[in-house]
Amino acid sequence: MNEKLTEKTFEEALARLEQIVSELENGELNLEESLKLFEEGIALARHCNAKLDEAQGKVELLIGVEKGVAVTTQFVPEEE
Amino acid sequence: MPEILTVTQVTLYLKQLIETDILLQRVWVRGEISNFTLHSSGHMYFTLKDQASRLRAVMFKRENQWLKFQPYDGLEVVAAGRIAVYQKNGEYQLYVELMEAAGLGSLYLAFEQLKSRLAQEGLFAPERKKPIPLLPRKIGVITSPTGAAVRDIIRILHRRHPRVDILVIPAQVQGDTAPASLVKALQIAGGLNDLDLVIIGRGGGSAEELWAFNDEAVARAVAACPHPVISGVGHETDFTITDFVADLRAPTPSGAAELSVPEIAEVANRIKLYTGNLCALFTRLCARKRAHLERLVFRPVLRQPDRLIAVRRQQVDEGKEELIRRMKVILEDKRKSLRKEMARLDALSPLAVLNRGYSICFRETDGQVVKRSGEVTPGEDIRVVLGSGQLRAKVEAVQEDVSG
Repeated sequence: MNEKLTEKTFEEALARLEQIVSELENGELNLEESLKLFEEGIALARHCNAKLDEAQGKVELLIGVEKGVAVTTQFVPEEE
Repeated sequence: MPEILTVTQVTLYLKQLIETDILLQRVWVRGEISNFTLHSSGHMYFTLKDQASRLRAVMFKRENQWLKFQPYDGLEVVAAGRIAVYQKNGEYQLYVELMEAAGLGSLYLAFEQLKSRLAQEGLFAPERKKPIPLLPRKIGVITSPTGAAVRDIIRILHRRHPRVDILVIPAQVQGDTAPASLVKALQIAGGLNDLDLVIIGRGGGSAEELWAFNDEAVARAVAACPHPVISGVGHETDFTITDFVADLRAPTPSGAAELSVPEIAEVANRIKLYTGNLCALFTRLCARKRAHLERLVFRPVLRQPDRLIAVRRQQVDEGKEELIRRMKVILEDKRKSLRKEMARLDALSPLAVLNRGYSICFRETDGQVVKRSGEVTPGEDIRVVLGSGQLRAKVEAVQEDVSG
């Protein structure tokens, strides 16, 4: 399950988490299934949070491309 | 007698007259196109007409290649050029150098024509729109690095999602070189694998200033971009070809930024809520299962298992008694039938016959039962078995049976 989890996009993970919550809400599952879903749900929530923290909030300006790699510099837009 | 002229002389005279007239060397003529033909050579031949008159016109390939729209019959145009005589037909005509659509405007016409052409090609089809990722990590922003648009985009992106990475890919957004610059920026963006999304746009301006976003090459570059593209060009009311090709059209550059990332605080809250729900639901589920388990444990059979055994023991005892009773009946039956059989056997026994007064005679020599008098001779030893006891005897005489 974890192997697949890392391949999941944020929206896939979030959608699956929503689905798990509603399945547990229905409460028609046996204990083993519930436990499995619960564990998966917690892993998904952790995965989603990790995704939220992945980027760093950098702002760069592209000044060129060398061998398919962007050459950038920090960018601060000019004030009015 | 007046001088007689040839047709050619007349034509050449008129030609000279007309082609040396300063006014006719540069005229602007307004009229409706009719009899339009595009010759295989690439030259255009048509007639300009109004209610009262008509004027032959030709626009050579050299000039018409710059036309922003495709002329057609019924279109009202303003054409600029010189009037000259076509000697072969003896006709004067307008040699068009520039032509603009009147009324609608050439730009508008070009826009409509490109739009319908690309629509027919399927470039705007909903099924070819790429989905916009809910949480892009890195966004490419194709716009002018100076000006309000880039500043607004960055501000809004980071207000909603402080951690999203932004790469500004600078491009000229107006003027003659803008289309090529935008195409190049789109190609660069397409080659950068770490981008999850591309915003393309510029702030408001006149129709001419936004014109690069109606360029066919730009439209095709947007369509070819492997990343999802959100367009935000000008103001709410401005629609460009780029908007139609983009995977999502935002009304403004700021709008494009808003559509690019979710309010991250809200998403984080949602995940927190789900996690809470998950724990609560699971706890509740466990409690329900436990209650069920307890209800079962408190059932009398499980609480006092000896009761269950007592019942079983009683059943066993009852069974045992029944078994014994049945067995007795069976034995009695068997005994009865044995007695009956024995009585029958008794009746057949030779002893019983002897008891009635008969006796059996054996030859002493070989123990054979003597059935006829001839089987013994006088003086032979015999043994007579009676109902009770035996006699040893000697035959005195043998008598043939005469009576029987």
